[in-house]
Amino acid sequence: MNLEVNYLGLKLKSPLMTGASPLTDNLDYVKRIEDAGASAIVLRSLFEEQIVMEERAYHFHVSSHMDASAESSSGFLPHFHDFTFDTDHYLEHIRKVKSAVSIPVIGSLNGITHGGWESYSKMIEEAGADALELNFYDLPTDPGHSCQDVESRYVEILKSIRALVKIPLSVKLTPFFSSLPNFVQKLSQNGANGVVLFNRLYQPDIDIDNLVAKSTFHFSESHELALRLRWLAILEPHFKGSLSAAGGVHSVEDVIKAIMAGASTTQMVSAIMKHGPTYFSKIESELKKWLIDHEYESLNQMRGSMSLRTCPDPSAFGRTNYMKILHGWNVLMQDQK
Amino acid sequence: MTKTVAATLDGNEAAASVAYRFSETVAIYPITPSSTMAELADEWSSKDKPNLWGTVPRVTEMQSEGGAAGAIHGMLQTGSLTTTFTASQGLLLMIPNMYKIAGELTPFCMHVSARTIATHALSIFGDHSDVMACRQIGFAMLCSGSVQEAHDFAAVSHVTTFKARIPFLHFFDGFRTSHEVAKINLLSDEDLRQLFNEEDIQAFRKLALTSDHPMIRGTAQNPDVFFQAREACNPFYEKVPDLVQKSFDELKKVTGRSYQLFDYHGHPEADRVIVMMGSGSETTHELVDWLLGKGEKVGVLKVRLYRPFSAKHFLAALPKSVQKIAVLDRTKEPGALGEPLYQDVVTALFEMNTFKVQPQVIGGRYGLSSKEFTPAMVKGIFDEMKKTKPKNHFTIGIVDDVSGTSLEYDRDFDIEPNDVTRCVFFGLGADGTVGANKNSIKIIGEETNNYAQGYFVYDSKKSGAMTISHLRFGPRDIRSSYLIKKANFVACHQWDFLEKYDVLDYAAAGGVVLFNSLYPVDQVWDHLSKQAQAQIIQKKLKVYTIDAFKVARETGMGGRINTVMQTCFFAISGVLPREQAIEQIKAAIQKTYSKKGSEMVERNFKAVDHTLHALFEVKIPNQVTSQRSMSPLVPDHAPDFVKRVSGSILAGRGDLLPVSAFPVDGTWPTGTTQYEKRNIAQFVPVWDPQICIQCNKCALVCPHATIRAALYEPEALKGCPSTFKSMDFKSKEHLNKKYTIQVAVEDCTGCAVCVEVCPGVDKSNPKRKSLEMKPQLPLRQNEKENYEFFLNIPLADRSVARGDAKMSQFLEPLFEFSGACSGCGETPYLKLLTQLYGDRLFIANATGCSSIYGGNLPTTPYKCNSEGRGPAWSNSLFEDNAEYGYGMRFSIDKHREIAQELLKKLSAQIGDRLVQEILIADQSTEAGIFAQRDRVKSLKEKLKSIKTSEAKQLEFFADYLVSKSVWIVGGDGWAYDIGFGGLDHVLAQGRKVNILVMDTEVYSNTGGQSSKATPMGASAKFAISGKQTSKKDLGLMAMSYGNVYVARIAYGAKDQQTLQAFAEAESFPGTSIIIAYSHCIAHGYGMHLGLEQQKLAVDSGYWPLFRYDPRRVPQGLAPLKLDSAPPKIPLKQFLANEIRYRMLEKSHPTEAAEMQAEAQKFVTERYLLYEYLSKNQPLSPVQSKEI
Repeated sequence: MNLEVNYLGLKLKSPLMTGASPLTDNLDYVKRIEDAGASAIVLRSLFEEQIVMEERAYHFHVSSHMDASAESSSGFLPHFHDFTFDTDHYLEHIRKVKSAVSIPVIGSLNGITHGGWESYSKMIEEAGADALELNFYDLPTDPGHSCQDVESRYVEILKSIRALVKIPLSVKLTPFFSSLPNFVQKLSQNGANGVVLFNRLYQPDIDIDNLVAKSTFHFSESHELALRLRWLAILEPHFKGSLSAAGGVHSVEDVIKAIMAGASTTQMVSAIMKHGPTYFSKIESELKKWLIDHEYESLNQMRGSMSLRTCPDPSAFGRTNYMKILHGWNVLMQDQK
Repeated sequence: MTKTVAATLDGNEAAASVAYRFSETVAIYPITPSSTMAELADEWSSKDKPNLWGTVPRVTEMQSEGGAAGAIHGMLQTGSLTTTFTASQGLLLMIPNMYKIAGELTPFCMHVSARTIATHALSIFGDHSDVMACRQIGFAMLCSGSVQEAHDFAAVSHVTTFKARIPFLHFFDGFRTSHEVAKINLLSDEDLRQLFNEEDIQAFRKLALTSDHPMIRGTAQNPDVFFQAREACNPFYEKVPDLVQKSFDELKKVTGRSYQLFDYHGHPEADRVIVMMGSGSETTHELVDWLLGKGEKVGVLKVRLYRPFSAKHFLAALPKSVQKIAVLDRTKEPGALGEPLYQDVVTALFEMNTFKVQPQVIGGRYGLSSKEFTPAMVKGIFDEMKKTKPKNHFTIGIVDDVSGTSLEYDRDFDIEPNDVTRCVFFGLGADGTVGANKNSIKIIGEETNNYAQGYFVYDSKKSGAMTISHLRFGPRDIRSSYLIKKANFVACHQWDFLEKYDVLDYAAAGGVVLFNSLYPVDQVWDHLSKQAQAQIIQKKLKVYTIDAFKVARETGMGGRINTVMQTCFFAISGVLPREQAIEQIKAAIQKTYSKKGSEMVERNFKAVDHTLHALFEVKIPNQVTSQRSMSPLVPDHAPDFVKRVSGSILAGRGDLLPVSAFPVDGTWPTGTTQYEKRNIAQFVPVWDPQICIQCNKCALVCPHATIRAALYEPEALKGCPSTFKSMDFKSKEHLNKKYTIQVAVEDCTGCAVCVEVCPGVDKSNPKRKSLEMKPQLPLRQNEKENYEFFLNIPLADRSVARGDAKMSQFLEPLFEFSGACSGCGETPYLKLLTQLYGDRLFIANATGCSSIYGGNLPTTPYKCNSEGRGPAWSNSLFEDNAEYGYGMRFSIDKHREIAQELLKKLSAQIGDRLVQEILIADQSTEAGIFAQRDRVKSLKEKLKSIKTSEAKQLEFFADYLVSKSVWIVGGDGWAYDIGFGGLDHVLAQGRKVNILVMDTEVYSNTGGQSSKATPMGASAKFAISGKQTSKKDLGLMAMSYGNVYVARIAYGAKDQQTLQAFAEAESFPGTSIIIAYSHCIAHGYGMHLGLEQQKLAVDSGYWPLFRYDPRRVPQGLAPLKLDSAPPKIPLKQFLANEIRYRMLEKSHPTEAAEMQAEAQKFVTERYLLYEYLSKNQPLSPVQSKEI
């Protein structure tokens, strides 16, 4: 059974890939992931803040005490030059992963403002990455910023990075856009080769004793896929590039649904963290079996079959779906009465 | 001659770069101002930089200079090419080994940045008192007077030592040369290879001890042979002068630079000649040129090779015409016929007897502790020499109104040529001014044909320190080894300085001035004092202004204004064409950051570009319009000494104070920081009583005693200023009392540690705390009045404290406003110590941070209480502190014993009852001590009427009948390394002294070098690749004595345990040692987070808290009590926050991971060991009966 897909112009042997995560931090683990059948890997994100803050913090702590007193004119810590930053390690890691595996390796940069950090896209390309995933992980909190402001900022970043690199670019988004199809179209027009749906935001929690807010993280679950399916199905008819589903892909059924809704690839993280790299081979064989059992000729045959364009009843993806559920709720209420 | 490569570097680097290339092994120990040489050697070694033979020199840090010298001796005896670097007290510690090295005719070269030896006071600055203490050892001594010479003579020393078999001490002036940045021509590896013969090295190797061809050295000899054997070395010394000259000649062939053993410069028929050595001879050279231009017959004889002193060469270099010679020594030998060089010159003239009429010789002292030595002073000396009877044994550069030694000279005399551009910059230690100037020197020195020189003056504070950079650029070699007095360009990077110092005094007429001002260009003039305005008009200064902080903020540079101000300098000084300068600045930025920080490059570029748009010229009116005067530096109510002496020092006029102004023995008044209102914090804490929970933690943790708590009667509020805040004290024990938290905003350093620790949170708006940082300027006046009012509120009775951390903060701190770093982790311990025992406290303080912020002029932080009692503080040395404090206790105990003896003898006259009461008094509590003081007061009254000599004696000894608390205080460098031998001995004595080790895990004062307290995996200087071994467990070692009280504390993690430890140590009848965790800027994180980090240190088991009290043993309990729970977070969580640990993680991740795993294992196992001990009997069979 042919599971091959084209993702961002890269030919992948299957749609089953890892998402950006610490899964690929360890070289041995990366090899196991490849052995288990993953078709591509996305490396953990290098954050704008990580790049900027690290440089600034190190520079501050090293430099601010230099030449401050007669006895310690050379400062207290080794020179700024002697530090190796996360970024250096990230680039080195790309090089190592590239030489360790033959599947495509996708770098990931996570940032939300214009700045010097964008130049790392070029370094990631030079380090050997086959593609770059830009992660716009952000929640606007300033009422003074309109949705246009936010979107144009992202587009500017994309344009700036597009000008720096030749490798394919995908953009990973949050679900919170007023008009996702319009924004995705803008991304496409400005050089994005693909879109990844969606980022899973860390959820806040409140420590009621100490009056502090804290972040929590939970593994994704299959029910989270629904949101991705909707937007994959909506975007697929218009978007020229590749779509990828990230978040909530846990079973072969999840993979199939995402592909049917329009995804070229599905990115798994939580499932692999739970079950280990061999889970790729399990899903792959189940996928092949399912396709054979259901008499598909290839995976491509079903890609986008359930998108808004070809879905027999597209109302499930749109506003009427809400009406139906609401109605169902009323019925339930009436029943209870 | 090979092609020369020019570079700008300082004297230390110039010497070290040669020493390193000539060496295979290096033993080091940090000491200012030589530390940089050792740091560079260690850094190069860690980066695998090879020496001339292609192998990488290995560098080892020892526990003291004495240790380094011992190691060197061993290295030399086994045939290694070896070097070391030191200064001052360090050099003194090396002397015993130097005798051995010389006595064994060992080729070796050491480099000394000559520094003052501590006498009546310590000084880190330069003179020849240290090297002069070595002149009798048998080392050849070669002196450099400039950065170029430090480079060249280092090579000559290393080369000649192998030819001569005599060890060399190469020295140059500490700071003036060691820290002067200058453009010099570098000696390439090839140049150096041309200077030495491989056969000479081989000959040295053959001297090496080896078991393959055994021989012994270091025998003991008897009266029959020692003398003769000692004389056997003479022929080797006789050859040294010629061999050094030969090396100079070889150097000339390679470089074109010519040197003589005694370099004469001046009129060939000079009648007056100054003989001297070091950087001052360059200044004299400059003045000689000027006088020659005026037709005077003068000259300077620069002494290069001081030992062996070749009278033959000396006389050969001296013009035959000379009639008067002034010999200048940069050292003082009290009681001698004259200083060393003077005596050598006199002896040489007498012995050689080559003149028909012997020239008249006078000797003088100059430049002690880097005292300025200027052309004006040299002219004063030459003028004096014109007199028939010139003053002998004179001093120059000071006013000696006591012994009349000083020569008069015209202080305004100036010969700086017009074609040398002179620039002076006033900056703040932390604002990057010095760094930017070093960068500018590099740009001008290396990118143009100009010669460049930079020298940097720092004040002695560790927070808010002022730096003054002196930069010269010119078409010729710059010999001016003195500070700039009149500059073409003056920049003031901090507006506040204009209010305090006469910054514009430095500006030459027609010069350019640059202000960093918070005020817009059109308001700058109005905010200047009338003195400043008058100078601007009178000198026709061109004034520019920029709000550099705004530009820095807007371009993401934070508080670092270095790039902004550097751009301004190039834009308006005219040193380089503006466009070329901007291009060079950007190139330098690119070079500095491109490899590591694209973000930093972009931000710096942005700052450069924005600067040019924010730089404005100020329009200068024709007349003075300001009514404001500069702020007085010392208030009117300050004591006379403070106003007269400290005030002058603060104003930068210390040089003008005459000898009579000073105490004769180094004694200095305490409690003078209170008069120095530094106003260095831009933001200060503001107290909101509405939210306060009255925990007093802010006061406890404040490193500078600038936030204080008071508990008082409501009546005390009468007449309080309208903005003075107070609230009811919430306590069932202290009903109807008022409570105030007051900030001394003028003394606060703005560290925000108090805000971080404050648990008082507004429940409706948790962002709001009871303490919040707010701009200081608008609060200054009101809070100044409030603080003055606060100080007059009667103190709570000392009995309120009762060993409670919170209540202890109602006790008056007798240690305030020190010059420690903002957020210092050491000072809260000292402050607490003075709160608890200040009125009966003796402190022996090891040299280090605590001796600098504790006793560096101009002002001192230890103070008295209202009764005039307070800590008696003293610093002896770095290495002897435990013994020093022990000696104090020994003496105090003897005083008490004598007092008791006298009491008994005089019992009948004094009254038996009072005597008995005094003798049996229980002073285990503070109440008991106070009662004893009353008795002693009565005793003294009675003694007045007894007219015997014994009664007179008892008057002195009576005070020792009241308990005294002796604390031996210092850092880990002292306790773990250099002073450990003494500390160990004192622990073993069992006498009642308390030892407080403030452990920053690194040599903080000298710039962060590794000590044995540095934990595994931490990066520090001398351990750049991470320390390979675990931290020494000083506590466990002390416990092994069994009869020592030992505690390990961290006030940020558990303040109550800190209090308990202090109280138990104080009450313990034997020796106690407290090891106190002290966060430090050398750890690489924001100090406002110091307490949080202390908590993590304890929670991770990195710093377990315990108290080991031998008094528990007789009760059947284990003496060790653990005060912290088993590690509950991984060690990594603590380590990850500190750059010293992240450094290794970043550079060598695999090794870091291994080391961290090892460190985690160590931490876990250590806790288990402590836990075991806490459940079992003591380590050694105790001696419970001994305590």
